[in-house]
Amino acid sequence: MKKIEKMKRPSRRTLLRCGGALVVSIGAPMPFRLARATEEARLVGVRPPLTPDQLSSYIAVNADGTVSVFSGKTDLGQGLEVALAQMVAEELDVPFKAVKVVTGDTASSVNQGGASSASGVSEGGKQLRVAAAEARRVLVELAAEKLGVPAESLAVNGGVVHSNTEMAKSASYAELVGDRYFNVTLAWNGKIGNPLYAPGKAKPKAPKDYAIVGRPIKREDVAPKVFAQQDFCTDIKVPGMVHGRMIRPAIAGAVPVNVDESSIKEIPGARVVWNQGFLGVVADKEWDAIKAAQRLKVTWSNPAPPFPDQASLYDHIRQAGVRKSETEGRPVGDVDAAFKNGARVIEAEYEWPFQSHASMGPACAIVDIKPDQVTVWTGSQKPHFTRDGVANILGVPVDKVRGIWILGPGSYGRNDAGDVAMDAALLAKAVGKPVRLQYMRDQATGWDPKAPASIHRARAAIDGSGKVIAYEFVSKAFPRVDVNSNESEPHDTLAGQLTGVPVKSGDGFGVPEDSYGFANKRSYWQTIAPLLERGSPLRTSHLRDPVGPQIHFASESFIDELAAALKLDPVEFRLQYVTDPRDVAVIKAAAEKAGWQPRPSPRRDQNGTTVSGRGFAYVQRHGTRLAIAAEVEIDRSNGKIWTRKFTVAHDCGQIINPDGLLRVIEAGVVQGTSRALWEEVKFNNKTVTSVDWLSYPILDIAEAPESIDVVLIDRPELPPSGAGEPAIRPVAAAIANAVFDATGVRIRRVPFSPDNVKSALS
Amino acid sequence: MSEKFSLSVNESTHTITADPDMPLLYALRDDLGLNNPHFGCGLAQCGACTVHLDGQPIRSCVTPLSAVGNGKITTLAGLGTPEKPHPLQTAYIEEQVPQCGYCINGWLMTAAAFLRDNKKPSDGQIKDALSGLKCRCGTHLAILRAVKRAAAMMG
Repeated sequence: MKKIEKMKRPSRRTLLRCGGALVVSIGAPMPFRLARATEEARLVGVRPPLTPDQLSSYIAVNADGTVSVFSGKTDLGQGLEVALAQMVAEELDVPFKAVKVVTGDTASSVNQGGASSASGVSEGGKQLRVAAAEARRVLVELAAEKLGVPAESLAVNGGVVHSNTEMAKSASYAELVGDRYFNVTLAWNGKIGNPLYAPGKAKPKAPKDYAIVGRPIKREDVAPKVFAQQDFCTDIKVPGMVHGRMIRPAIAGAVPVNVDESSIKEIPGARVVWNQGFLGVVADKEWDAIKAAQRLKVTWSNPAPPFPDQASLYDHIRQAGVRKSETEGRPVGDVDAAFKNGARVIEAEYEWPFQSHASMGPACAIVDIKPDQVTVWTGSQKPHFTRDGVANILGVPVDKVRGIWILGPGSYGRNDAGDVAMDAALLAKAVGKPVRLQYMRDQATGWDPKAPASIHRARAAIDGSGKVIAYEFVSKAFPRVDVNSNESEPHDTLAGQLTGVPVKSGDGFGVPEDSYGFANKRSYWQTIAPLLERGSPLRTSHLRDPVGPQIHFASESFIDELAAALKLDPVEFRLQYVTDPRDVAVIKAAAEKAGWQPRPSPRRDQNGTTVSGRGFAYVQRHGTRLAIAAEVEIDRSNGKIWTRKFTVAHDCGQIINPDGLLRVIEAGVVQGTSRALWEEVKFNNKTVTSVDWLSYPILDIAEAPESIDVVLIDRPELPPSGAGEPAIRPVAAAIANAVFDATGVRIRRVPFSPDNVKSALS
Repeated sequence: MSEKFSLSVNESTHTITADPDMPLLYALRDDLGLNNPHFGCGLAQCGACTVHLDGQPIRSCVTPLSAVGNGKITTLAGLGTPEKPHPLQTAYIEEQVPQCGYCINGWLMTAAAFLRDNKKPSDGQIKDALSGLKCRCGTHLAILRAVKRAAAMMG
């Protein structure tokens, strides 16, 4: 029971009280005497409100000279906290080690969107960078007043402001700050989440002056994990808490019609919580809660099976009515006319299955409802939205709820963590005790929100000279967000849907991101209705690089098909049409590093059982671009693919930390390989049948590539554009293109599991 | 029906009263308050719950208390400390292996037993020894680099 004390993240208040903090100043530059006269008014001993327009909401300089940074982004083990600390230390001119990042506690940080769309650095870091620059500006002004010299004559070194001409004339940040808070108002753009931006008057440093940004610095969260000192959200213990487990139906959409609580009366503390389709149990001990969930006698309704057979999934998508259609980007030229003029039209269709987050452990949350304060400990990567969701589902004001993010068992988007927090809140409310709820494995894989299944049709017209004169790409799919990518609204959670909240399915999909300059070009998407509108184990939401792997498996396979049809080398073909110089650079860099020798695919020179091939793909993602070459081996006797080697060239603009970046890219490629080779949510007409690691296999370590070579292209003058997701995006296409190179057989359906490949080859 | 069990964990002894069918994992986590190992699947499919029983890696999520007997249990916390790290722990930090790190017990506890019994293993032997363990973040290559580094250290 001591655990709670250990795990409580220090509130900003606590931090500031321990260290002191603060500073002040604002408004137009004041005459020197006036500034001094009003100094007291600009210093605050009481924390300003935690709002996005306050500098104190992002940064506190403590009385010991250390710097506390309050991040509304969360670090899921990709090194974000290091990168953020580098950006802040750089702007403040303090040592890297002086900066401590406090992450994801709604009591200390504003809603910066949590982990989302690879924006930890590009959006989260961008905000902290301008906040730190503003803090430095204010500190230098204060020093100027204290030292009686113009601010322009001062420099900062290691957190000490000193005169350019007289080094002895100096004041440390610690001296300037005392036990006070910044009281500086920023120019907030009025938005929360990813687009939140609130600059001050200060301009951040020029990249040429960077001393800390761009350096490889290692993570500090590795050692605690290695020595079993890192607590996860699963490890939180609250005095008086009980353990919960949820019970899901065998037929999706079924609801309990009778629950026999006497069936668990022998289990200590066991209680049932039942409200419409929501059914859970609690018990004093975790093992007892598990037993109670297993033993509870439930009679379920018997709805008509809601799903098609898995074998007809893609036919269902093809035949289903279009719910929404949208052309993204501006179509180029007159596509329909150009197709009529083509000497030759090439078409292909690609298919991608539902996929699961299948996080390493089932999600967990702890909810403690006190009369004047609700606390939720969550592994959700968007804890501010979790807080909002708990407030909504409990019907309490949001300022009475505190969300505390504690590292969860894996998080790559809107996974089961968003649901478990709301389930825990309803259990806690019903039993009047703090509840720790963790799902079971079958619920984690079987009932998490899924990445949408999709089909993609591409066609191109080629003229008599072999030039591509028209290109069209269309995706037809389940929407990317049947439930939203955060859990702030009950209708986006199982708890809300199962207790009768009106459902509100989100929509949208996406189009390829590339710079192919085809003379006539258009891309659009169509979405179809969910298979089951309420409480579906096949409801969709964001899984790392939402819809990116699906779309670019198709678009970059199709580019390869065009190159092959024209008997052109796939790299040279791309270079003929790509128009963006940065795209050209990544394509050339990857090809060069891979030792790519120009020739068309397929090889046609191999006769053995095991054949090898190479494949290429390139993508953009929200400003980042990367190219990847895959070298694979295929055992034709059993259809098994080994992705022997990848070579990646990656340009995400300004690089903050090359060490962390390399590891993020490498792991992204491995996760992308897993998604391409193995991952497919299985279901029958009643429910999802992928419920564990046997029925939802992922890439085994014995199948790991021999090497992943990464070329980092640094563009310090460009803003950083994100790296947490892009590397997954082109992997499936590169592998499929390599399989074609090796075998001459085009694989247009994911996953490339041995059975699927073997049947494609035969 | 609950029974008394005496568990030797990381060289200290604890007495608990529990259902003999209860997996060891829940005794370690809930009765002894150890936050490692982790619940990953409850099916012996992933390794997140791995501990050593008399030096051999076992999946504590499927090992009933009644099967533990007088065996000596070692968890990751008992493998090494920051002051006296196991070579694998040193290598894991050097190679910056884990992302979320929830899987870490499986890899470290399995590799520790393997490297103790297999000096200078080949890459293929390492892969075979670790096959079946799960990492969802995709740190497979970093894991292999670290285990090879530790193998070299243990020479």
